[in-house]
Amino acid sequence: MKNFRKLLPSVREFKRPAIITIILIVLEVFIEVVIPFLTADMVNAIKDGEPLQGVVKTGLFLVLLAVLSLSCGAGAGYTGSKASSGFARNLRHDVYCRVQEFSFENIDRFSTASLVTRMTTDIGNVRMAFMMIIRIAIRAPLMFIFAIVMAYIMGGALATTFVVLVPVLVAGLIAITRRAMPAFRAVFRKYDKLNESIEENVRAMRVVKGFAREDYEKEKFGTASKNICRDFTYAERLVALNSPLMQMCLYFNMIFVLLVGSKLIISNRGTTIDVGQLSAMLTYGFQILMSLMMISMIYVMLTISAESIKRLAEVLSEEPTLTNPADPVFEVADGSIDFVDVAFKYSKDAQNYALFDVDLHIPSGATVGILGGTGSSKTTLVQLIPRLYDVSEGSVKVGGRDVREYDLEALRNQVAVVLQKNELFSGTIRDNLRWGDPNATDEEMEAACKLAQADEFIRSFPDGYDTKIEQGGSNVSGGQKQRLCIARALLKKPKILILDDSTSAVDTHTDALIRAGFRSYIPETTKIIIAQRVASVQDADMILVMDNGHIVASGKHEELMASCEIYRETYLQQNKGGERDE
Amino acid sequence: MNKRPSKPDGGSLLRAIRMFFGYYPVLAPIAVVCILFAATVSSIPSLFIQKVIALIERWVESGDWASARAELTPYLILLGSLYLLSIAAMTAQTQLMAVMTQGFLDKLRRDLFNGMQNLPIRYFDTHKFGDIMSHYTNDIDTLRMLVSQTLPSFIQSGAVVLVVLGIMLYFSVWMTLVLLVGVAAMIFVAKKVGGGSARSYVQVQKTIAENEGYVQESMNGQKVIKVFCHEAQGIREFDEINERLYRHSFRANAYASTLGPIIANIGNVLYVTLALVGGVFLLTGVKNVSLSGAAFSISILIPFLNMTKQFTGNVNTLSQQINSIVMASAGAKRVFELMDQQPETDDGYVTLVNCRVDEDGTITETEEHTGHWAWRHPHGDGTLTYTLLRGDVRMVDVDFAYEEGKQVLYDVSVYAEPGQKVAFVGATGAGKTTITNLINRFYDIADGKIRYDGINVNKIRKGDLRRSLGLVLQDVNLFTGTVLDNIRYGKLDATDEECREAARLAGADDFISRLPQGYDTVLENNGANLSQGQRQLISIARAAVADPPVMILDEATSSIDTRTEAIVQRGMDKLMEGRTVFVIAHRLSTVMDADVIMVLDHGRIIERGSHDRLIAEKGTYYRLYTGAFELE
Repeated sequence: MKNFRKLLPSVREFKRPAIITIILIVLEVFIEVVIPFLTADMVNAIKDGEPLQGVVKTGLFLVLLAVLSLSCGAGAGYTGSKASSGFARNLRHDVYCRVQEFSFENIDRFSTASLVTRMTTDIGNVRMAFMMIIRIAIRAPLMFIFAIVMAYIMGGALATTFVVLVPVLVAGLIAITRRAMPAFRAVFRKYDKLNESIEENVRAMRVVKGFAREDYEKEKFGTASKNICRDFTYAERLVALNSPLMQMCLYFNMIFVLLVGSKLIISNRGTTIDVGQLSAMLTYGFQILMSLMMISMIYVMLTISAESIKRLAEVLSEEPTLTNPADPVFEVADGSIDFVDVAFKYSKDAQNYALFDVDLHIPSGATVGILGGTGSSKTTLVQLIPRLYDVSEGSVKVGGRDVREYDLEALRNQVAVVLQKNELFSGTIRDNLRWGDPNATDEEMEAACKLAQADEFIRSFPDGYDTKIEQGGSNVSGGQKQRLCIARALLKKPKILILDDSTSAVDTHTDALIRAGFRSYIPETTKIIIAQRVASVQDADMILVMDNGHIVASGKHEELMASCEIYRETYLQQNKGGERDE
Repeated sequence: MNKRPSKPDGGSLLRAIRMFFGYYPVLAPIAVVCILFAATVSSIPSLFIQKVIALIERWVESGDWASARAELTPYLILLGSLYLLSIAAMTAQTQLMAVMTQGFLDKLRRDLFNGMQNLPIRYFDTHKFGDIMSHYTNDIDTLRMLVSQTLPSFIQSGAVVLVVLGIMLYFSVWMTLVLLVGVAAMIFVAKKVGGGSARSYVQVQKTIAENEGYVQESMNGQKVIKVFCHEAQGIREFDEINERLYRHSFRANAYASTLGPIIANIGNVLYVTLALVGGVFLLTGVKNVSLSGAAFSISILIPFLNMTKQFTGNVNTLSQQINSIVMASAGAKRVFELMDQQPETDDGYVTLVNCRVDEDGTITETEEHTGHWAWRHPHGDGTLTYTLLRGDVRMVDVDFAYEEGKQVLYDVSVYAEPGQKVAFVGATGAGKTTITNLINRFYDIADGKIRYDGINVNKIRKGDLRRSLGLVLQDVNLFTGTVLDNIRYGKLDATDEECREAARLAGADDFISRLPQGYDTVLENNGANLSQGQRQLISIARAAVADPPVMILDEATSSIDTRTEAIVQRGMDKLMEGRTVFVIAHRLSTVMDADVIMVLDHGRIIERGSHDRLIAEKGTYYRLYTGAFELE
């Protein structure tokens, strides 16, 4: 409930249709309850042989009421759809915008798959829940109350049937739901797991067949499936008790009304109630018991969607960890970078620092190479420069100022990063390049692509720069994708360019051409290159060797060959083939 | 290719229903009888109400309750007993349905899954993963709906409609006609609105998919969006799709959710109209026409009114089932498409057996595990020969095409003697993986011959052939379970110690021991909590524990750092010792010590020889080696 309140601000302009829906539902229910009441009178009138004119008048009034109720119901359906679809739209917008505000730290906390589920399935569930609340959750309790009141007004003693029936049905429904809900929740989790195991099996089919494990897999799956079947059956059988229970109450009502009703009518000679009321009591009984059934159904549905609500509220209440300073600086003076006593950990509670004791000065226009094994925090180091994360201690300066003083967008426009896990987006190559500069001319794009050694292969495609990139960039090779990503970053004309292992799939020759291009065409830009291959950083002005979160050595290639064990080892290992050849 | 969505067809629907009754030849008919009984009982109170009201009519003037009670009681006792029976029938039916639905789904799932295990790799290569999965989720779900809800309520509502119609005719033909006209109007509206709903629903599905695609892509590239400050434009694009989705979903839902109230309220209008018409009949004294021949009276009007509600309610239920019947028949069709797939054929009759080798070289088959294996080869003349498993693989002049007319391998010949290492090098799509697909018969060759220890692989039973070939793939697939379970996958009866030994050989023991629960650490989600290199090591250990004479190794392409790569390489090297090995190389550093390197280009072997020889030739391999070419 608390979570649901977090989502409610997204209703916004759809508050109106939502409220109209509720009003229409109230009206509809009211009319629906009045109809049997008036019909009873009419039936009595007919029975007593009252003049036709009066009967027809009441009758026409009733038809009018029924048409009115129809209009209210249909209207509520319409406005309810508008409100719930609109609520879903606003919610999607709000969640999407919130994610856009996320810093890297926020993004790391949610997996991509979970964000996608939240924005699709979960919002779908919440839309349903909202629709149910404004329509059925209003309708059912209201119907219950109205019908009970009318039944008492009209039936008097006859209405005592509900004193028995309502508690019986309520108790029964509660008992069933109480036991069935946890059973369902548990089995749904198991069912998800079963589907995951099918996914696993399909994905690993080459392994299954390669090891001739078909029979083993069948047995494993069979056991799990039977197990789930047993649990599901248990839960379903509990819920299946609902309909006989309901039917029993209806039948009891029927017999009670017929018995007690005839007694009342006959012994009072039709003065207190008459056959018309008798018939109406049957209708009320149906309405009352049905509304109880609906309430229990809604309860179940809402509990199911509670999980979705919670997960959406989680995203909406996640506060971005990075914000723009109050009085930001928009101008980045040059491409110099300073790390002053920097230490960093990914979360406050983390025990170990991912990065520590970093003191570094990189002059504007320098080329810096970074080497180190997995987990040595190379990526962490460079991500502090465009303020993708904030330092835990010390400070990072760009152009002589602390990065926290800059406007985020201004800073990131001057510090271009080609991420290790890079993505192209569906659209043409041109569309993708425009990410770097929305107003780039064709000449500028070509120049950037030439520099990134991408122009040649782009031209080899039949559609050239208008070639469509499939989702995830699946129709270009790894090396081509990396070069497009470099071109895209170059178009920003940044003062600092960071390549995070961005040429790993590019052949050594092309890699060298790209670096040579950097030297001659963008000498002013500070270039930071993270690489696995020593060859990619060998000719840098400064090479940093990282291990376990700090810089263990820095210097030029020759210096490091002489002084740094890790560097020399890596170099020799990667070049042993070459030497053997000579 | 399986294209969704499939058109519904009646045949599949009937087949699904037949299948259900086939699974439960006794229980299912019992449930049907129970449904019919309960439905009939729920329709007859009108008859009793008519009697009771007639009775009230007779006694109300005198007010003699005692005499009236004497007359009333037998009716109510009869009604009460019928009710009790009906509740019993209903309980039985709903319980039976719960049991049968789940049992049916379980059997269906297992049939699907077991059938799927027997399908050839080709099926998995030519069908989208999402489509295969949706057989198990969406399609089975439509059948669940069919069995658990649609069928029972169809039978029940159908029965109620028929019985009530009969009773109504019994009471009054005129009134029934009035009602039928109203119901016709109801069906007309339902069709009109329902059709609109179905049309917009298709659009909604399309926009939902579009929206999901966009969200998927942007959530995936969220960090790139941040780095390029592309948030505002992204929001604009997203809002455009979002707006479309809103419009379509609003329209489809508006259709669907106005329909319900309209239908329900037409019921109300009919109720009132009939009361009015009945009143007019009664007061004007229109001559009644009915099966019972009874004159029209208040005792007929009142039950008739109650039946109106029942009748319209059930017609409504019936009309609602139509949608799910259409969905179920489409779902059934897709389920059967998977079930009816041709399983992988296996005509192999040569099997792998344990054996003992005597000093004079004769081979005797044994029951127990000896560490030696032999091919048991029955011949046409009834004789049996045994050939020792050595790992000698020869491919001669092999041609192959995945699809007719699109040949991918031309005249490929490869000879691998026991213990030799053969490496395949070439660009993506050159045919490296295809060759290994043929050795273990994931696919069958079009022309040429493949012999394993001198036996044509077509004669070897597939399971036995594959068991003699170890497999380490570039995309590592681990299963949910402990590390130990995953290693044991290579040899199901391996002891814990054997698994550990294999891990040590692969160089995986070191990191496994450092995991929180060591070998008992549970891996989930394809080992998501391990690094790429670590997953690779486990898959090497898995192949090692199987200890096959021939290994197929497909190297990982994704970049792992130099140090981990060195460990993985050592593991691979250990695994290769003393075995015939086929390596698909993505890094040239790993193939240099191969006995033979095959350079493939567009399905042909263009160069073959040792590293030194190929370097000296200064051909394609040389250029690849010097880095002038991109391998991938």
